[in-house]
Amino acid sequence: MPSQAQLLPGTLDLLILRAVSLGPLHGYGILLRIGQISGNALLIEQGALYPGLFRLVRQGLLKASWGTSENNRRAKFYELTAAGRKRLREETESWNRLATAIGAALAEQPEEA
Amino acid sequence: MRLLDSIRFRIAALFRGSEIDAEMEEELRSHIQHRADDLERSGLDRAEAERRARIEFGGQVKYQEECHDALGNNFIETLVQDVRFSLRVLHKSPGFTIAAVVTLALAIGANAVVFGILNALILHPKNVPEAQSLYGIEHGSDKSPLESYPDYLDLRDRNHSFDGLAAYNVCWAGLDKGKDPTEVGGYEVSGNYFDALGIQPYLGRFFNAADEHGPNSAPYMVLTYSFWHSHFQDDRSVVGRVVRLSKHPFTIVGVAPPDFQGTLLFISPDFFIPLANREQLDGEDILNARGNRGLLMALGHLKAGVTPAQAIADLNSIGAYLEKSYPKDDADMKFTLTRPGLAGDFLGGPVKAFVTGLMLLAGLILLAACANLGSLFAARAADRSREVALRLALGSSRSRILRQVFTESVLISLVGGTVGLLGSITLLRALSTWEPLPGIHSLHIPVHPDANVYWVALLLALASGFLFGAVPVRQILRTNPYEIIKTGSIGKVGRRITVRDLLLGVQIAICALLVTSSLVAVRGLLRSLHSNFGFEPRNAMLVHTDLSTAGYRGDSVAIMQKRMIEALETIPDTKSVGLVSWPPLGGGWIKSDVFTEQTTDLSLSNAAANAFLYNISPDYFHAAGTALLAGRTFSWHDDKNAPRVAVINQQFARKIFGSVTNAIGRNYKMADGTGVQVVGIVEDGKYLNLAEEPQPAMFLPFLQTPSSVTCLVVRSDRDPQQLAAAMKATLQDLDAGLPFTIGPWTMDAALFAPHVATVSLGVMGVMGALLAVTGIFGMAAYSVSKRLRELGIRIALGAQRRRVLQAALARPLKLLALGSAAGLLLGILATRVLAFIVYQATPRDPLVLGGVVLAMVLLGLLATWIPAQRALSVDAAILLREE
Repeated sequence: MPSQAQLLPGTLDLLILRAVSLGPLHGYGILLRIGQISGNALLIEQGALYPGLFRLVRQGLLKASWGTSENNRRAKFYELTAAGRKRLREETESWNRLATAIGAALAEQPEEA
Repeated sequence: MRLLDSIRFRIAALFRGSEIDAEMEEELRSHIQHRADDLERSGLDRAEAERRARIEFGGQVKYQEECHDALGNNFIETLVQDVRFSLRVLHKSPGFTIAAVVTLALAIGANAVVFGILNALILHPKNVPEAQSLYGIEHGSDKSPLESYPDYLDLRDRNHSFDGLAAYNVCWAGLDKGKDPTEVGGYEVSGNYFDALGIQPYLGRFFNAADEHGPNSAPYMVLTYSFWHSHFQDDRSVVGRVVRLSKHPFTIVGVAPPDFQGTLLFISPDFFIPLANREQLDGEDILNARGNRGLLMALGHLKAGVTPAQAIADLNSIGAYLEKSYPKDDADMKFTLTRPGLAGDFLGGPVKAFVTGLMLLAGLILLAACANLGSLFAARAADRSREVALRLALGSSRSRILRQVFTESVLISLVGGTVGLLGSITLLRALSTWEPLPGIHSLHIPVHPDANVYWVALLLALASGFLFGAVPVRQILRTNPYEIIKTGSIGKVGRRITVRDLLLGVQIAICALLVTSSLVAVRGLLRSLHSNFGFEPRNAMLVHTDLSTAGYRGDSVAIMQKRMIEALETIPDTKSVGLVSWPPLGGGWIKSDVFTEQTTDLSLSNAAANAFLYNISPDYFHAAGTALLAGRTFSWHDDKNAPRVAVINQQFARKIFGSVTNAIGRNYKMADGTGVQVVGIVEDGKYLNLAEEPQPAMFLPFLQTPSSVTCLVVRSDRDPQQLAAAMKATLQDLDAGLPFTIGPWTMDAALFAPHVATVSLGVMGVMGALLAVTGIFGMAAYSVSKRLRELGIRIALGAQRRRVLQAALARPLKLLALGSAAGLLLGILATRVLAFIVYQATPRDPLVLGGVVLAMVLLGLLATWIPAQRALSVDAAILLREE
């Protein structure tokens, strides 16, 4: 998959929050959802998802509970807490500002010497 | 509540650690299964799908660890990690670890032993309820802990400060339970003794004040638990049984509790009997003898709310009354309070001074050990600077690295402390069961380790761990990762004085101090072994007995004594047989006040001297090897019908008559006013201990002043064992019911204290020397290894060996010289204390001074030998290639 982009540091958390914001998901489900909403454009090593999930749970942005998946397997489901929802909003805004600024800077045509 | 919750959560998490792991594993497995389900749906078979899913997932263990980190570390988990890491690090350098643990084990062990002794003898002397309010009393400028019986009664009845003042004295008796009389030791105690102490019997009852109705009215006996156990086989029916003590019937009324071993620390009694019955044991009526002041130790609990100062004022007012009412018997009645157990300050003073000094030395040893380990740690930290730099560069925080270093040092100190403590417990237990003077089974040093000792050892271990762990802290805080990784090791050679130099210097000084004091002690001991005691203990056997324990009274005592002397003289090869009440330096003594002939008012304050008194037979000086300087010794005619005569020593003559030459034929007065004529003069000797100044002593014929306490001196060249057997048979022929002990004339009692002092100082000295050697070695080895490259280049360029050595070792050697000089000076100051215990202990002795210098030079050579060899054998070519 040559067209996939490396993830910037810190953005995985934002993607997870975004993915879960549409409803409770288990780990593998989150991975699929990220692929789906990003159009499979991002490269995420599967295992790397979990340290992020645990960190978000500890920060109180996600909460987890065991349940049964669509494949009829036991799985741990994650959903946003109120704090998580708030954080997602803030992070999204700040990301948009950053992206706009960087985009604008890169769009400027440099004067070739 | 939040804090509580968080704590509860953390503790729960700690116990649920494996549960969390299991859950985490299940979650990751579930992910892989879901992925495999998807892959299977796309057409792979199940096994292949699972394999592919696992590969796609990546390193499961790695992520699991990261998840752990993401969960946040709590204190204990980090600790466990640190400990694990430390164990790995220490395991990699076993030499360092073993050296550190052994060093600490020795140092902490020494401290625990000395503290154990301090704790048992001084801090926690007695197993008595409310021991903190229990005081003994002593009087006079010489702090005598002994009172006469009538004085004791006045003190008991007139004071308002004590909840009952009890008194006791140590006594010996022959115990006859039907067969084999044995000599046993016990306390004669006042009727209120057990009530005043607040002790409950283990079995039966105690006698009390109501049992006493005048002389010999209370023939009751209480056994100590250990004596009941060893001599009555725990027989509970013993209560009510009648046994014979020195031929007199006593009824056993009870057994004392196991943890009560009397109120003197060193002498644990076998039994207790009432003072009222004392006369039955040794035939002496003390109940009305106010002048017999060297008799009873008094002690009691202060009443609630009474301060020691108030009690002293109270006692002093009674003392003033006694001085006024009985000027003939009582003088200098100024009282002080003391902790009971060591016969007041009489024994307590020296013991306290010595044990405290020892504790100080042990503390210094520990400090030296810490200094040593601190520099070892600093050296290691320098060697590990690359590791530290790497960790810093990889994002570890400095506090995390420091924490790791402290974990390492505390780990070492705890292991060392545990080993040291175990060793010291063994030693203390052995010490407690040891009988320092063979033959006197009631003499003990009860130093059982207790919780206090464990706590102190633990605290010392922790404190020293932090102390030596703190040495390299600054070094680590200053570490600059980029510099170190670029240049390799720290190339800088410091010229200024570092903490490490200071530590080593202090340590060498401590070592020199210890070496000085142990050499002083050894020299003093050797000298006292070869000094003149005023008698010759070699080739002499002693028989100790007390005729009153076999029922001898009045005139029959002297008759029996004469028969014993004559019987022993018939043993072949016997040169002479003498009799003395207590042998000099034997641990027992009698002193008596004497007056000049002109004195008419025989108040104590007018006494010319307080002299040692010995009742002897005519041949005693010959048998004991004491030189008669002038006049004559006694004959068998110096008996009750002849004029009173005495032989005195030189010091007595100087003190009473002004000079030795004109003393013969002159008279002096005894305390009761009897006039005594001097007929002979003998050489001065040692009477109480070896360190004493010349003391006045007088010798009186035993026919004129009888004493049932008997020591027979038999001088003979025969093999001691054969001689002892012959003596035993001879004496048993005379009276089979007389308990006695036979043994060679040893100086064990007199040399006990100097022996203990020398051995303990010697042990400390050796430990100090060991520590100094390792310390200097560490420093020298380190300084050589740091400058190996420079030295190699110097050698390659043709430097002389001397120059190379100078460069490599100048510093440790300079420290050695400075430290030794400081330690020697301190040692000279410290040995003033030693002079109280060890005979003629003086550091102003060329042998001692030379010995210390020699010892320190040898230590220096020993410690720098290997580093010097290494410095000289550097091969520059190899070194440069390695770098």
